[in-house]
Amino acid sequence: MNTALTEQKTINQAKLAAEFRQFINPEYVITDAETQRVYECDGLAAYCELPMITVLPETIEQVQKVMRICHQYAVPVVARGAGTGLSAGATPNDCGVLLSVAKFNQILDIDTDARLARLQPGVRNLAVSEAAAEHGLYYAPDPSSQIACSIGGNVAENAGGVHCLKYGLTVHNIVKVQMVTVDGELIELGNEGLDSYGMDLLALIHGSEGLLGVVTEVTVRLLPTPEKAQVVLAGFDSVTTAGDAVAKVIEEGIIPGGLEMMDSFAIKAADDFAKAGYPREAKALLLCEIDGTIEEVDQYIEQVATLFKKLGATSVQISQSEEQRMLFWKGRKSAFPAVGRISPDYYCMDGTIPRGELSNILTEINRLSEEYGLRVANVFHAGDGNLHPLILFDSSVPGEFEKTEEFGGRILEACVAAGGCITGEHGVGLEKIRQMAVQFNDEEISQFHAIKHSFDAEGTLNPGKAIPTLKRCQEYRSIRAQEQAKPSQSCGHDHSHEEEVKHV
Amino acid sequence: MSDISQQLIDQVNSASAAKTPVSIQGGGTKLSLGRATDLTETVISTKEHTGIVDYKPVELIMTARAGTSLAEIDAELNANGQMLACDPRRFGGNATLGGSLATNQSGHARPWFGSLRDHVLGTRLINGQGQHLRFGGQVMKNVAGYDVSRLQAGAMGAFGVMTEISFKVLPKPEETLSLCLETSPQEALALMNKLAGTSKPITAASWVDGYVYLRLEGASKAVRATAKQWRSKYGLTTFAEKKASVFWQALREHEHDFFAGTEDEKMLWKFSVNAAANHISPDAAWAFNWCGSQRWLVGDFSLEELAGHAKSMGGDVQHYSGGDRHQELSLPHNVVVQQLMQNLKKSFDPENIFNPGRLYSWL
Ligand SMILES: Cc1cc2nc3c(=O)[nH]c(=O)nc-3n(C[C@H](O)[C@H](O)[C@H](O)COP(=O)(O)OP(=O)(O)OC[C@H]3O[C@@H](n4cnc5c(N)ncnc54)[C@H](O)[C@@H]3O)c2cc1C
Repeated sequence: MNTALTEQKTINQAKLAAEFRQFINPEYVITDAETQRVYECDGLAAYCELPMITVLPETIEQVQKVMRICHQYAVPVVARGAGTGLSAGATPNDCGVLLSVAKFNQILDIDTDARLARLQPGVRNLAVSEAAAEHGLYYAPDPSSQIACSIGGNVAENAGGVHCLKYGLTVHNIVKVQMVTVDGELIELGNEGLDSYGMDLLALIHGSEGLLGVVTEVTVRLLPTPEKAQVVLAGFDSVTTAGDAVAKVIEEGIIPGGLEMMDSFAIKAADDFAKAGYPREAKALLLCEIDGTIEEVDQYIEQVATLFKKLGATSVQISQSEEQRMLFWKGRKSAFPAVGRISPDYYCMDGTIPRGELSNILTEINRLSEEYGLRVANVFHAGDGNLHPLILFDSSVPGEFEKTEEFGGRILEACVAAGGCITGEHGVGLEKIRQMAVQFNDEEISQFHAIKHSFDAEGTLNPGKAIPTLKRCQEYRSIRAQEQAKPSQSCGHDHSHEEEVKHV
Repeated sequence: MSDISQQLIDQVNSASAAKTPVSIQGGGTKLSLGRATDLTETVISTKEHTGIVDYKPVELIMTARAGTSLAEIDAELNANGQMLACDPRRFGGNATLGGSLATNQSGHARPWFGSLRDHVLGTRLINGQGQHLRFGGQVMKNVAGYDVSRLQAGAMGAFGVMTEISFKVLPKPEETLSLCLETSPQEALALMNKLAGTSKPITAASWVDGYVYLRLEGASKAVRATAKQWRSKYGLTTFAEKKASVFWQALREHEHDFFAGTEDEKMLWKFSVNAAANHISPDAAWAFNWCGSQRWLVGDFSLEELAGHAKSMGGDVQHYSGGDRHQELSLPHNVVVQQLMQNLKKSFDPENIFNPGRLYSWL
């Protein structure tokens, strides 16, 4: 870095805005607090911050220029897609620029022969499948937020969805990403083929939470729309039986298109909201979708329904029409807002565990729920062991959010102890930054910092997110150690790798 | 079955202290891949670092030490009705798990099931500072921290010595059936992509020696009904299953006649391109896989010449094996990307000891 540059590395809001307005439509360079209010948080509203400036560039050259200028003055930049993130990854930086890709909302090309779609980063996830539908194609990863979330945000979080068990996560369905680096260079990673020679930076960008670059174009793979899809909806009298049923489906050699579970609290809330015809008395509900050719669906749907009955399901329904199938899913996909109706606020967690740990972790969540005096509704991507416990709370009660956050943190730590991890699809952001110290040791965290440094030596891209400082990790671990010196709260066996597990 | 990780760490530490390059090897089956470097480097071998550490079939996840042979992994999976769906090239079963990931191997089902890169869930890795690190995990989904595990795919050991890998496995299909038809390459591309655009249980689509070959796998009823339909609609004929499985294996292992000599004097080129891109230079020796998104070419060509073609086909090309491999095997990246790769390499391997020059001359 040249010293002349370092010296002039301070710039105020007015000057920076004036620079931006030279090449961006002045309307899209926002400096007033009122207009910026809509950008103060993402889907996790507990973390709010007003940026210094918000920009909505309309061309890639403008994005490059913004990045160059911010780099020159060492101004932090936070990229923002649709703002549906659930880990405060898109929370603005008060001394920085919020760069919204909202104007990049075009589907650039659909290559029906090779089944690829070239998209601007602000294209909504669902819009891709909608546009591809006339060609008999669709985009498989389907986060529940798919009507709103952007494809660029999906790449940044490596988003998953109910169909990821069979069709993979975002990273499995992207062949190419174009992005702008922290100093404004435009690069391409990947191409229209599969598995090129050499280092796979494309894989690294997935789930990097806007810390390595600003995604400006994404090429996704499209799949043929299944000939048929049907759902088995089954109620169970305990979560354990339902958990066992999940394992049994897999044991039969069937990989369902989706395999989701809800507990009784979530069932009632979702059914009240979506009138989905769920078995309201059930303690656990499984939604198992089979898709593929007509023959395949006919064969497996029978097999699954029979299996569930044999395993003691209290009710089994098979969707009889496309409308009914969509209705069954509507309940699941609107589970978060549905739970939101029965409580002033809810807090969505995102841990993962080996499937076999399901009932252990639920027992632990219930125990913690009593300890903290807060109710929990559970929604799971059961097929891939991804839990979404929703903690119900009331933010108008002083101290209740803090209590909720602590409870959530305990759930994540229990997931790590059970051999899982602190986030399956929502990302770390600001929210889970403390728990990173539980999943990783200092050497691993340092390696992450070194990776970040390779792309962004000054750390101006989305600072403070995803990877904690070592100091913070040590502080958090020592606080936890003190707490744990009090009565023990650990669940299951301990996989923490500070103390190596020796395998023979 | 043995754990020699401490020994591996010691070897890395002494190489790093002496700043001497090391070559990381597993089964030594892929010495003909990557650049020839002529370095007289020390070998760090994972061959004795073996054993399946954890495997619960119902979780569809296996964890094994990097030196475990694919033969051992296959045997264990087979006994449980499961398989390595990413179907890496086996090299007679001697290939190790670590080497397979380092070269990102995959089989015919790549477009449908993914490569090893897509199936890896977690890794343990000794970096250039001798730190034994763990990334990812033994769960299907994990977005905490950067995806260092997938970054190992195709990096040919540039970042360190992998010691343990967790990966996804899948149940074996109930039924397999193969079909074939004599076609021109251009017709083959059209047919393969057309069929891949329908929701049928297709798991391989190749063209070699003037024939297109398709494989169907999955639920019995679906496989049979599809085969019946395609036979009558496209004039495909059934390829007797015994012969077919020999054929698919030979093609994956490069033991098919098409690949003769490509481990030695003949140059083999691998194109990764848009699956439906038009066929080029029809007189040369071509074979297609993955519906045409992977294209093999045998013969003496210059990288620059082929790279131009590959670019116009939406992808790139590498000099895969055979011939003189002292040159660059793929076209240089854009300088910015190249710099990022160098930075990244340095972040793991500050003394540049791991496989220097194997992937790129400048790395
Ligand atoms: C009701 C609800 C249900 C949800 N269900 C799911 C689910 O099933 N599965 C799932 O995975 N997630 C789910 N989410 C979370 C969220 O929708 C996803 O994380 C989504 O991928 C975020 O996309 P976004 O466009 O809203 O990103 P934002 O919230 O705008 O940003 C998220 C992160 O990505 C970065 N980012 C955004 N755009 C870019 C870009 N162009 N370049 C670089 N970085 C960028 C931001 O800096 C931030 O760190 C849900 C959220 C809600 C509110």
